[in-house]
Amino acid sequence: MALVSVANLTRIFDVSKPWLNRVVERRKKAFLTAVSDVSFDIEERSVYALVGESGSGKSTIGKILVGLLPPTEGSVKIRDVDLARERDAARVDAVRADIQMIFQDPYASLNPRWRVRDIIVEPVAARGGETKGMAEKLLEQVGLSARDAGKFPHEFSGGQRQRICIARALASEPKLIVCDEPTSALDVSVQAQVLNLMSDLKDDLGLTYLFISHDLTVVQHISDKVGVLYLGRLVEEAAPDELFDDPKHPYTQMLLEAAPKLGEFGREVDPPKGEIPDPINPPPGCAYHPRCPLAEDICRKERPEMRALRGARVACHMAE
Amino acid sequence: MSEAILSIRDLTVEIPTRHGILRPVDGISYDIGRGEVLGIVGESGAGKSMAGNAVIGLLSPPARIAKGEIHVGGTRIDHLKGDAMRRLRGKEIGMVFQDPLTSLNPLLRIGDQLTETILAHLDVSRSEAEKRAVAALDEVGIPGARERINSYPHEFSGGMRQRVVIALALCAEPSLIIADEPTTALDVSVQAQIIALLKSLCRNRGTAVMLITHDMGVIAEAADRVAVMYAGKLAELGPVRDVLTTPRHPYTDGLMGSTPLASRGKARLHQIPGAMPRLDALPSGCAFHPRCPYAQDKCSADPGPDLADGNGAACWFPLPHDAKVA
Repeated sequence: MALVSVANLTRIFDVSKPWLNRVVERRKKAFLTAVSDVSFDIEERSVYALVGESGSGKSTIGKILVGLLPPTEGSVKIRDVDLARERDAARVDAVRADIQMIFQDPYASLNPRWRVRDIIVEPVAARGGETKGMAEKLLEQVGLSARDAGKFPHEFSGGQRQRICIARALASEPKLIVCDEPTSALDVSVQAQVLNLMSDLKDDLGLTYLFISHDLTVVQHISDKVGVLYLGRLVEEAAPDELFDDPKHPYTQMLLEAAPKLGEFGREVDPPKGEIPDPINPPPGCAYHPRCPLAEDICRKERPEMRALRGARVACHMAE
Repeated sequence: MSEAILSIRDLTVEIPTRHGILRPVDGISYDIGRGEVLGIVGESGAGKSMAGNAVIGLLSPPARIAKGEIHVGGTRIDHLKGDAMRRLRGKEIGMVFQDPLTSLNPLLRIGDQLTETILAHLDVSRSEAEKRAVAALDEVGIPGARERINSYPHEFSGGMRQRVVIALALCAEPSLIIADEPTTALDVSVQAQIIALLKSLCRNRGTAVMLITHDMGVIAEAADRVAVMYAGKLAELGPVRDVLTTPRHPYTDGLMGSTPLASRGKARLHQIPGAMPRLDALPSGCAFHPRCPYAQDKCSADPGPDLADGNGAACWFPLPHDAKVA
């Protein structure tokens, strides 16, 4: 059974001006749909990657998953517990302890006034658990030295800090780790170290990752299944090989075509047309139709449903 | 390669501190020809931006050019002061920074920023300058240039803003553009648009471009030649195809190995152990030797050899080795 099951998830933010401005300037309330009717499952011990450009809602989904934001509609069930609606505090608490998060910026996500030891054991200490010797063990597990436990975050480089973040995420022995762009702030050689560490830990500890990234090559490297988001909607979902060899949604095709490729020197790309539309006034029908080369009348009127197509799921009227 | 637009010889940038002198850029030399794109790659702290800032005279004190020469279009510019440098900056050398929002004045309409730049550098009337401003916006592909010229920077999206910055860099028709991570803050699809734009401008106008980035993919697609920097020095320099497919410096080899590639699938990524050394604790000899799988005694004693006539690798034991070390 799937560890995480996301069903018809929608999140709407109220981005209206303050009420006085609305009265004086005669503006209506404005709503931004960050995530719109997204459904997917994450199998246990697998890596599910969410990719998309800025504003596609990938981080919002991550935050809803760990319970930092409530969903507006739909549900997220982790081991059959809906965190936002479950009444039984004990069940919520048990699931909560199984979820951890790693953030993009290792400079902003470690408290500069705390020693590394205290940072790492906090998820356990906060629940009153026994923490003796735990930080030292975890530091060695992520490739740092036990002696580093007494240091402060500023004494470490970006890659080492990200290792500390990973050690902290591992402290409560979670099942699921939500990684929001964990290597985007790192250099390539350090990124390689962190990605290797993450896949080793996954194998050793039987972890499940939700891996949020904008970098297609990283996603292809690490994931077992990829979901492509556009303007808060899931447009395609497939195993990475399938997705990269045979992208079915025109947006996925455009993304793959536009991504710089190492082996193709002086490649002339026909640059993609247009930009992501305003999420406050998304286009009717399929959100991608204004930029889509295949768009026809139906795309402008009807939002395509997710449907199965050759081992993938795709939300497109035209894909064949 | 035709005449060199930019020619750097033995450029060294120093920052004096209480604990001694740091050298973020240490004796680098290269040329960029007319219409050529030279990619500068390296990880954070390699000194690639510092080298770019030295060329355009934007080193913030106490950083200073300690040694070496910079020639642009045959004129030496590294010793120019205040006013002389200001006339040159923008006129001969255009600059595109990473973050388009911070390089535009949020309080001025973009038309005013463009005409101000044109009037400062070219001897034209105000109406002519305005005409040129519209033409510049047109050239970088901003739709409805005539109307958009009265907009403020915040009214543009990230990609459009970067186009405005490129228009600003181009409007005085410089012969050299320094683009410092121009697409790092942008999405993939917009990045592809900006790279295509830079390449076509370079081709049509014969502008030389110094493209500073950490993204090997961008380099592969946009650059003619590439310079790999490590700890302030050039590790390797050469035609982009040669350097990326058959790297000769172990650092370049390691960088290429750690980049996730479609063709490699899920195989484990090659790791370069350790991290870039801090400037105040540079190892002796070749700065890469503590991380180098092929290092020998000579490497910790002698700094790497100079790049022979501006090509090749600064390494005592360049790849490929006859007997591969595991």
